[in-house]
Amino acid sequence: MTGTALAVELEGVRFSYGGGPVVLDIPSLRLEAGTRTFLHGPSGSGKTTLLGILAGVLRADSGSVRVLGEDLTSMSGPRRDAFRARHIGYVFQMFNLIPYLSVMENIVLPVRMHATRRRRMREATPRAEAHRLASALEIDHALDASVGALSVGQQQRVAACRALIGSPELIIADEPTSSLDHDRRDAFLDLLLEACEGAGSTLVFVSHDRTLASHFQQEVSLADANRAGAAAARAVPKGDGRTTDTASVGAGGPD
Amino acid sequence: MLVLDLALKSLRNRLLVTSLTVGSIALSVALLLGVEKTRTGMRESFSNTISQTDLIVGPKSGTIQLLLYSVFGMGSPTQNISWEAYEHWASHPAVDWTIPYALGDSHRGFRVIGTDENFYEHYRYRGGQSIELAEGEPALGVHDVAIGSQVAEELGYGIGDEIAVTHGMGGFIQHDEAPFRISGILAPTFTPVDRAIYVTMEGVEAMHEGWEDGVPPASAMSFGGGPPGAEEDPGEAGVVPDDPEHAGESPEEHAAHAHEPTQVTAFFVGATNRRDVLSLQRDISEWSEEPVMAVLPGLALSEMWDGLGYAEEGLRLVGIFVVIVGLLGMLVSLYTSLDARRREMAILRAVGAGPVRILSLLVLESALLATLGAILGVAVVYGGLSLAQPWVESEFGLYLPVAGLAPVEYAYLGAVILAGFLIGFVPALKAYRTALHDGLAVRV
Repeated sequence: MTGTALAVELEGVRFSYGGGPVVLDIPSLRLEAGTRTFLHGPSGSGKTTLLGILAGVLRADSGSVRVLGEDLTSMSGPRRDAFRARHIGYVFQMFNLIPYLSVMENIVLPVRMHATRRRRMREATPRAEAHRLASALEIDHALDASVGALSVGQQQRVAACRALIGSPELIIADEPTSSLDHDRRDAFLDLLLEACEGAGSTLVFVSHDRTLASHFQQEVSLADANRAGAAAARAVPKGDGRTTDTASVGAGGPD
Repeated sequence: MLVLDLALKSLRNRLLVTSLTVGSIALSVALLLGVEKTRTGMRESFSNTISQTDLIVGPKSGTIQLLLYSVFGMGSPTQNISWEAYEHWASHPAVDWTIPYALGDSHRGFRVIGTDENFYEHYRYRGGQSIELAEGEPALGVHDVAIGSQVAEELGYGIGDEIAVTHGMGGFIQHDEAPFRISGILAPTFTPVDRAIYVTMEGVEAMHEGWEDGVPPASAMSFGGGPPGAEEDPGEAGVVPDDPEHAGESPEEHAAHAHEPTQVTAFFVGATNRRDVLSLQRDISEWSEEPVMAVLPGLALSEMWDGLGYAEEGLRLVGIFVVIVGLLGMLVSLYTSLDARRREMAILRAVGAGPVRILSLLVLESALLATLGAILGVAVVYGGLSLAQPWVESEFGLYLPVAGLAPVEYAYLGAVILAGFLIGFVPALKAYRTALHDGLAVRV
């Protein structure tokens, strides 16, 4: 661990799928530990790719990717998988749950995947921990329901519980509210932010919907950060793109 | 353990497809094992047609010919052995017992075999079972006859019925002067014994009396203006008054009157000591007095079976192909399920599962399906076997023992499970590549 307390530190990261066009070209991106960041990314801006790299599922072609102080680019695939299991919670846009597992089983999956997550639980057992998180996210009444019986909003809360169990340092949420209506979206967001704060986790929340940005401490525009996706990003009306001192985007030289 | 739990729950979630897949593998495994069980049952049944007989002795001819007419009741001998030769070997010190067989006569298509009390005492089949009587007594008197169970069933005979005997198989000449009375019905053996009729050696002589020149005495002919009895009472053909030559004698006196046997067709030998069997066989076959030969029934039977064995290879091949088809069905169902499961794979990746774990999940599912199929297949075979056993035994005379799995059957099951494991790599490697390439994005 370095002393800078950066949760995410990208330098000169480039990525392409299987030798295709470069979809990600980020000269610099830094996010401080413990912050909750709104990452604005319209579709086509490479956000899912970026999240894949942050989660260690994808490996950058070049540049350095440091997450929680560790250099993912120098890790082997299995080590990145283990790293993700230990330190990262992930929420998808939709269809977050494995259909053949119960709600409870879905929530405790990360704890079973890696012992570190189990050690970091606040409660003694995974079930108790799941109950604690489920009541925090107001979904505890559905723990015994089958996954298929849940509404989309309920599914997203269950997914949030799974991401939060065992208090991972970094929570990545990829448009988790895009399939929710306005009221449910705000309610979900508040619960998620609260839970992250309670767990002390760094949150990286990606969305194309800038109206959500007001819920967060800081906002980063992926269109600015990613030169490869800039063309697509510029088509979308830009806001002020404020950048606080806890996040920095280096646009790099025009080279 | 997590992967096993996931695999089991995933299979349970696709219950219909899982049961169909397991069912088709089970049926194919059951077919393969069933063929194997039937095959070994047939071989067992065949080589146990006769047991505990050390040697079969007959006139010099082919081994298979001797087996066919002495054990299987098929074909006809061309020569006989003299009674003197029989007595010579029967009294040999290395010989414990002998069962004489005199063939050549029939009754309504069933073979008539002349033998003696040793048949009831020493004849063994299927691992040492002896001849039992379902009803009545062994045929020990000159006019006594004991019939096999199938003879009794097909002809509807009972104890005390009188029957006539024809010379040769399906011939015309009836030994009407020597009617026989059924004294006993043998219990089913599911061997050719069931289709034979047993009389005494003396009984055979009695019906051949006056036949020394090869034709019956004119007075005994039952066809073309035969004795008045046959014409007067056609409804009771074969039920004829006493042998005119011996009219007035009691049966005992008649028997004692010595219809001395003059010939046997073959005889079975039990040796005093099994170690002497080979030298006894050599002595008999090299005997200079008369051209006779002795064969080891076990060896001869297995040689004969090997000659017939090409058919069983075909059956086995069909069984193996059916199993391959069953496993391919599993491959298809797993492979086509992959697209629908990409989301599930991405979720597993997100919570920290490596591509190897994704791969092992799918391989495990495939191996589990094959294992469940194999286990269920074994259950189907044994269930079917215990249900069908009595029917197969009575219908085909084939005894299928409900025994444990033979090593080759374990090998088949192992091969099915191994094949299921290996086949699992086909969808698993595709999922592995997808997991590596797609990352967390699901491109549909």
